[in-house]
Amino acid sequence: MSAEAKVALRIDGETFEAEAGSSVAAAVLQSGRLATRHSRQGDPRGPLCGMGICFECRLTVDGVPNVRSCLLPVASGMEISTDG
Amino acid sequence: MADSVSAYQIAVVGGGPAGLAAAAAAAEKLGAGRVALVDDNAAPGGQIWRRGRLEPLPEARRAEAAARAAGVVFEPGVTVVDARALPGGGFALLGERAGAAFALRAERLVLATGAVERFLPFPGWTLPGVYGAGGLQALYKSGFGLEGKRILVAGSGPLLLAVAQAFRKAGAKVPAIVEQAPRRAVLRFAARLPRHPRKLFQALGLGLSLLPVRQLYNAFPLRVEGDGKLQRVVVARYGRSGKLRAETFTCDYLACGFGLLPSLPLARLLGCAVENGRLAAGELLETSVAGIFAAGESLGIGGLSRAEIDGRIAGLAAAGAAEQARRLLPRRRAEEKFATALAQAYELREELRDLALDNTVVCRCEDVTWGEIRRCPAGRDAKLKTRAGMGPCQGRVCGGALEFLAGYQPDLPRQPLYPISCGVFADLSRLAADLRESSPEPTHPGRKT
Repeated sequence: MSAEAKVALRIDGETFEAEAGSSVAAAVLQSGRLATRHSRQGDPRGPLCGMGICFECRLTVDGVPNVRSCLLPVASGMEISTDG
Repeated sequence: MADSVSAYQIAVVGGGPAGLAAAAAAAEKLGAGRVALVDDNAAPGGQIWRRGRLEPLPEARRAEAAARAAGVVFEPGVTVVDARALPGGGFALLGERAGAAFALRAERLVLATGAVERFLPFPGWTLPGVYGAGGLQALYKSGFGLEGKRILVAGSGPLLLAVAQAFRKAGAKVPAIVEQAPRRAVLRFAARLPRHPRKLFQALGLGLSLLPVRQLYNAFPLRVEGDGKLQRVVVARYGRSGKLRAETFTCDYLACGFGLLPSLPLARLLGCAVENGRLAAGELLETSVAGIFAAGESLGIGGLSRAEIDGRIAGLAAAGAAEQARRLLPRRRAEEKFATALAQAYELREELRDLALDNTVVCRCEDVTWGEIRRCPAGRDAKLKTRAGMGPCQGRVCGGALEFLAGYQPDLPRQPLYPISCGVFADLSRLAADLRESSPEPTHPGRKT
């Protein structure tokens, strides 16, 4: 796996070049978005555990809601939306 | 449909050091294609050997190569949501992979499900920019760049030193490591370490005094402040006079974890007995359920070396090589001493129970505050009245906190262990029914089910 390789995807409609081998959660954080979702009361939340247990990093990926983005590797052309 | 389900002699759940060692040891005995290794990550290695976009460590590469050479069948990307004993013997393991149902059948199981961080609630801990200590390290390994960032490291345990070192190597600045344990307890623990040459500190080439980062002891985060994200962390620490003082750190991120807890939902679903927060097991690491073995942190936090030894013992024992497994027991006993010392040195201090205020969210999934929860006499009441622990994480985050804060014991888990779509749930129900039918109760007496 080359550290140079980039994967083009879209986050909330904006194009972002993620490093190949990144998780979707890391790509979203790397794009400058620390919040991945909003809580029931509307507070912003970001990833906590980094390993698939806390569900704070859940996002919509290619139309599939509630994906634990820390477990999912990035892929070319992915459409990612953080919940507003 | 049942004939589409693979059958194995042994299924190992969890692809960290313990699981890799167990699968390799078992497959070396049983031959290629008879041992499956099921893991929720895309690549094996667990948390400690998580690679992401980084090159795997040599020891991780060796462990994986050994398992592959022995003919272990790797099943990555599987979230196990259910497991049950089959009437005719053996077990069904049910899960989800990439939005589809996954099932396998195995005569014996080895549970190597590892550990999770213990999080404790304090004001502001839900703000973006607050991560677990291991959590931020995992995110870094998965591609979250930390160069130039100021990261305060707080909580408890040797993991804090390891992550602080990793963040510095990644180009971040660590203004301090905030450890809740007393310095003398940690020093006493560290003094034992030379006898354990592969332990965390040595492996990282650092000792307590060698790490050029300010280290605060008897100290803990009081609150995180910020507008929409973390901006400052206020830390409480005891000064020389014994008086509590507050110190504010301006930083980008807080990496905070209060030690590790065995991850037990799958084991508890299968009915395996738990004692003192860890799986109970016999000498050769068989749990209270015949045919289910355990290895690594699910047996209590003991670190990498013990996880690997556990894996070999459990893998060999599950494969019927009890004598060979027994020969590894002296090494395991030595590692157990380390585990006991670790738990004593980093015992959580009482003051941490008072960090959460009445309006502090404890259950992050359902936004339930400490004020709502503490009025409930037991965990069950809290769950029914406030929905604490009933969100998607199923108490994996607030459970460890509430056990410490309120003495609540975790409720028995139910399947599915993780949220899945109705379609996958329906498919799994069919697969489970097929597996039950294809494994009828034996007619001859005396066989254990």
